[in-house]
Amino acid sequence: MDRRQFMMTTGALGLMAGMPRLAAAQEIDDLEIFVPAAPGGGWDQTARVMDQVLRAEGLIGSSRITNVGGAGGTIGLPQFINQYSGEGNALMTGGMVMVGAIITNNSAVNLSMVTPIARLTGEYLVVVVPAASDIQSLKDLVAMLKADPGSVSWAGGSAGGSDHMLAGLIAQAAEVDPLAVSYVAFAGGGEAMAALLGNQVTCGVSGWGEFSEQVAAGNLRAIAISAPERVDGIDAPTIREQGLDVELLNWRAVFAPPEISDEDRTALVDLLTKMDASEAWQAALADRAWDRLFLAGDEFAAYLEEDTARIRGVLQGLGLAG
Amino acid sequence: MDGFVSLLHGFSVALTPMNLLWSVVGVTLGTAIGVLPGLGPALTIALLLPITFQVEPAAAFILFAGIYFGAMFGGSTTSILINTPGESATIVTAVEGHKMARAGRGGPALATAAIGSFVAGTIGVVGITVLAPVIVKWALMFSPADYFALMVLAFVTVSAVLGSSIIRGLTALALGLLIGLIGVDLQTGQARFTFGQMSLLDGIDVVIVCVGLFAVGETLHLATRYRRGKDEIIPIKGSLWMNGQDWARSWKPWLRGAAVGFPIGAMPAGGAEIPTFLSYFMEKRLSKHPEEFGKGAIEGVAGPEAANNASAAGVFVPLLTLGLPTSATAAIMLSAFQSYGINPGPQLLTTQPDLVWGLIASLYIGNVMLLVLNLPLVGLWVQILKIPMPYLYAGILVFATIGTYGISRSVFDLGLLYGIGILGFIMRRYDFPTSPVVIGMILGPFAEQQFRRAMTISQGDMSVFVTRPIAATLLALAALAILLPLVVELRRSLRARRAV
Repeated sequence: MDRRQFMMTTGALGLMAGMPRLAAAQEIDDLEIFVPAAPGGGWDQTARVMDQVLRAEGLIGSSRITNVGGAGGTIGLPQFINQYSGEGNALMTGGMVMVGAIITNNSAVNLSMVTPIARLTGEYLVVVVPAASDIQSLKDLVAMLKADPGSVSWAGGSAGGSDHMLAGLIAQAAEVDPLAVSYVAFAGGGEAMAALLGNQVTCGVSGWGEFSEQVAAGNLRAIAISAPERVDGIDAPTIREQGLDVELLNWRAVFAPPEISDEDRTALVDLLTKMDASEAWQAALADRAWDRLFLAGDEFAAYLEEDTARIRGVLQGLGLAG
Repeated sequence: MDGFVSLLHGFSVALTPMNLLWSVVGVTLGTAIGVLPGLGPALTIALLLPITFQVEPAAAFILFAGIYFGAMFGGSTTSILINTPGESATIVTAVEGHKMARAGRGGPALATAAIGSFVAGTIGVVGITVLAPVIVKWALMFSPADYFALMVLAFVTVSAVLGSSIIRGLTALALGLLIGLIGVDLQTGQARFTFGQMSLLDGIDVVIVCVGLFAVGETLHLATRYRRGKDEIIPIKGSLWMNGQDWARSWKPWLRGAAVGFPIGAMPAGGAEIPTFLSYFMEKRLSKHPEEFGKGAIEGVAGPEAANNASAAGVFVPLLTLGLPTSATAAIMLSAFQSYGINPGPQLLTTQPDLVWGLIASLYIGNVMLLVLNLPLVGLWVQILKIPMPYLYAGILVFATIGTYGISRSVFDLGLLYGIGILGFIMRRYDFPTSPVVIGMILGPFAEQQFRRAMTISQGDMSVFVTRPIAATLLALAALAILLPLVVELRRSLRARRAV
């Protein structure tokens, strides 16, 4: 299509003009990046930033980004598996939300069918309350939850997503039936935030990035973070130190197609390891307040398996998985 | 007055020759994608995001603002000329605008849309400058119960587009409600009416339904009625330009449309469609020529177009003051901010005044640019209507197909487009109005979600709809809108009986 070509040419011309290309250091000539989401979202941004950095560092020659969005990535995944099988120069972005979507949508294909390459970034979730709320800590919230689970309304993203999972995990750990939780799902970031700022709900769950500005401005109070230990720059106690054994990481990663050769797999792991070490990548992460959580190859594969089992457990508790 | 000083500073940032050039590029590109059904400003800006690595923030946002407003305008152009809304916010424009075009008054319809967009956009920008903090406080007071009451009011206004037969209109509306339910339910994560089809999990895109019903359905309908040799070309009657009466009938709807559009656009769950429905309903009620509605009333173009553009400006209020993106386009602009390492939020105005006021000024420049570029082109655009029907409608089908495939590159969606097209053809053939389908599809799920949110928060207590002042007021307005005409009618018939 004309428009698409036009965009790609303008983009490419801009890049060529602005950045020196070091042809000698290229690892892969022509990289295909497949995004199982519409342009603009987290996985798409991950792909586009990756693309910029890989080119700027001269690690790849040319590249192409394809978006096939829908249903938490479960529309794109089968296409990636079918169309790119065996191709050693293709990568797909994805993340924790996709693992959940595969389970709740009863998808015929899953992430064990592709080749895990590396976890790149991630975000811990925080629980916030409006500044005017009486709730000062997670303990207060849990006490309210235990007294009357229905009276605590939680604002977050769509049902079955990471925000809902955290609400379910906290309920479970507090020995409250996750199904009794009054979870109010909002589409998109803005609406949930508006409900919190307008004091319409008891508390909210989302990635730290969504809330950071409002917490800094004193409109919201962060009462807990889902990290294993306190995170630099975020003034919120962990859920664990407040007595509940809960942690949750909303990670983003890249995968290669099924049935690629071992050499190709090693080359892709190397490529991303080099990218992760580059200053350009770290600067881009800092700009977007993404946490650097690099985990590559076999370690990532093991982590994926473990996390999938855990997510299935949470979703079963919420009545969303069989 | 502080706001105006800052705005002047914003103009000094935005008004450089280079930035004006970006504005021209944005507005032109925006108009082009607005004309293509399916390609929206959100998608275009998302694809242009990499540009933020290369240019100054002000230049990028001027480009994006141009695309945003250009797309709005492009969408109304196709709605009026070929009955194909490129955007869901221009559906109502198609109702009266296309009738005007078919009556040979495409020129004035386009002109009132362009000037109305400009007037409303200007009011919107002034609104951002002066009222932003007040509007935001007011918008945050809306709870799900209040939104539901607003939806009830919107549903009442639907009666204005139901057409002559209430039964047919309600059937079409119910069909829209059904289509709107397809997909994964937000509140429970369960799939509804998807029949195991993965491609249906996200529901059916409203643009596909619009294009299918309006463009494909209409084209099929005309094709079945086409007689070879008897080619009727719509003659352009009267002046291309608006006459005195057009002006007299347009200026009030522009102002009223802006007054409805801006605050609703600023509400976190307001959207751009609802103000256009409300404005259309209001104009039909207030018009001195209500009999012209449904046949090409200029008020029915002027009001909704103004409402649509004012709400587009309203979206920037929560974005710039709170960092709340309330539309897809705003969400993408937010990520553009982030790629400059700027986190929009309550402190944005104090930490990045250049950028914020530069952006606001560029919205204004975009509006002026659109008017300057498009008014002289009205004459050119209406020439489209002179294309012989077979070529024109074949062209529409090609554009509809490319546009739909372009959004998702899904063959399934193409099948859906033509399936809905055939449905549209049948509806058209048997005289069912098609716009209630789209309206039902937008309002239905919205009302349902807000109702269920309200119920979850109140733990099932229905009294929230009458104990909250905003909800109660809106519901009372809705009741009034239904009852008032009935009472008036009753009185008239009683009086008539007494006279006999």
